[in-house]
Amino acid sequence: MQKVDCRHSDFLGATRWAALLLTVAMLCVTSRLHAQVQSTVTAPDSTATRVMACTACHGEKGQGSRDDYFPRLAGKPAGYLFNQLVAFRDGRRNYPPMNYLLAYLPDTYLREMADYFANQQTPFPALPKPNVTPQVLALGKKLALNGDDVRHVPACAACHGPSLTGVSPDIPGLLGLNSKYISAQLGATRYGTRVTTATNCMQKVAAQLSEGDIAAVSAWLSSLPAPANPAPAPAGSLKLALTCESAETR
Amino acid sequence: MLCLVPGLFALASLGHGQDLSVIAQGQYLARAGDCVACHSNPGDKPFGGRRPMATPFGTLYSPNISSDPATGIGAWSSDEFYTMMHTGRTRSGELLYPAMPYAAYTKVTRADSDAIFAYLKSVPPVHQQNRDQDLRFPYNNRSLLTGWRTLYFKEGEYKPDPSKSSDWNRGAYLVEGLGHCSMCHTAINALGGSSESSAYQGGLIPMQEWYAPSLTSNREAGLGDWTIEDISDLLQAGVSKRGAVYGPMAEVVYNSLQYLSDADIHAMAVYLKDLPSTGETAAPTPAEAQDKLRLFPLGKKIYTVQCAMCHGTNGEGKGWDFPPLAGNQSIQMTSSVNPIRMVLNGGFPPGTTRNPRPYGMPPFAQELSDEEVAAVVTYIRTAWQNHGTAIEAKDVNALRSAPLN
Repeated sequence: MQKVDCRHSDFLGATRWAALLLTVAMLCVTSRLHAQVQSTVTAPDSTATRVMACTACHGEKGQGSRDDYFPRLAGKPAGYLFNQLVAFRDGRRNYPPMNYLLAYLPDTYLREMADYFANQQTPFPALPKPNVTPQVLALGKKLALNGDDVRHVPACAACHGPSLTGVSPDIPGLLGLNSKYISAQLGATRYGTRVTTATNCMQKVAAQLSEGDIAAVSAWLSSLPAPANPAPAPAGSLKLALTCESAETR
Repeated sequence: MLCLVPGLFALASLGHGQDLSVIAQGQYLARAGDCVACHSNPGDKPFGGRRPMATPFGTLYSPNISSDPATGIGAWSSDEFYTMMHTGRTRSGELLYPAMPYAAYTKVTRADSDAIFAYLKSVPPVHQQNRDQDLRFPYNNRSLLTGWRTLYFKEGEYKPDPSKSSDWNRGAYLVEGLGHCSMCHTAINALGGSSESSAYQGGLIPMQEWYAPSLTSNREAGLGDWTIEDISDLLQAGVSKRGAVYGPMAEVVYNSLQYLSDADIHAMAVYLKDLPSTGETAAPTPAEAQDKLRLFPLGKKIYTVQCAMCHGTNGEGKGWDFPPLAGNQSIQMTSSVNPIRMVLNGGFPPGTTRNPRPYGMPPFAQELSDEEVAAVVTYIRTAWQNHGTAIEAKDVNALRSAPLN
């Protein structure tokens, strides 16, 4: 604000000038009070701050939550996470709260989110012990590690990596997930409500599985301890059991 | 360059003297009209139709408007297209259901209609049959539309008002015509019509359960004290210093408004800002004031723990990134649907050219009870001199099952 010059010879004039300035200043203050409270401060320019809508359910570092259906995202291959974000946005995976959140977000931003969660390193959660018999766990282990030649069911490990932590860029890890979440995904894939753009390998596999197989393999996977090395196997390091476009390359 | 070549061949093959500029203009106008939103399913090829639209009268399926001659509009003439836009009659003379906003599109000029048609004829054909409409008796009888049209349809291109600026007239043309803003921002009555007397006063969008706010100059809920810059930011970027768009309006910004030129967005803001002031908001009843007293302390506690970190202790927000809650009309409106839904479901504003990486509001449906959501929404509606009213747990519960997509 301009200073009033009191050395001015016309003191009265200076007083008037000061009064006018004061009035203007008061008007400014009053109108500021009436104006909307607004901040010129901006939010931290980080992906972490931008994705708080995700971490509310999936955990601050994408570690997953105790809720059965909010899966771990941390450390999953970036290509897999990106494909899932696009699938939710475009309706190929159907979970309304996710479909709603992602509906109007462009690919570039979804890729940033995928990279962010793929790069998070955070301890695996302690999962509830599956309430199943040893026989069921044994069946799950057999299917996951050896598959079933008779029914042409490949082992999970044949595509998801020998330590089941997934394969870059787009085959997901299967550890640190609640058994209910795994069985829901296998069921949705089998019934065709979780679909992909390209040839859907998982649907061919899941179609061969019975309800009992799905329950067994989900229980066994969720019973495994945290892997020594949680990183996905490098791209191209595994000769995949099925020759199909596992990647939903876009 | 490689990408351009097939496009150029396609243009050359049209052979009707249509040049790139007409088609580019048509694409721009088709975006202004947001044709793609209703005439495509998400993730599908554009303009193939078959998008289900739930209405109070049954489900409508949008038709194929791609260039496919058999199932789209590839065999139409520009005369037939203009007649459809202008009169709401299909090529075969059938009356269109007013889910197609022809009460607005009738204002579109012949030249603009022709450009849109040229553009639609240039997009790749999608061979996909239209799906039959699934409306209940008696709405499945199209002849009833004659009555609806008598009440709510006035045919005619936009007539500029010579007493207003060219910006105002351009804005009016876009808002009243292609923008079809009144489809949501004017309340729809039991007959599925919107009356002129309540124009732009806001209304609950049937079936979607979002409230389209008033756009009039009513200070309580309209744009009365918004600047032209803030209105423009909201329309084009999806965010502004005054608030952000979510839900159905996020779709409009994502598919349509973000592509409009600065000049057109400015013109729309000028027109919207000049809408007359209408509709007063009732003062809270004693019962509502009592409810505020009951829930306010709990709401304040939740706000401090869950919300203040982003929206500020005094609801001041953080610029474009975290919308202010103090003085935010969408929160204080008589209808509490929007703030309840935002707390329950969270949301991202649309990712736009001007704001490609929007900050997301977390959902709280999984974390807060109906009573807790009611408390925090009551708090933000009444704190900081906000003029909203208290809400109750049952208001929240009713919206837990609101459609999300």
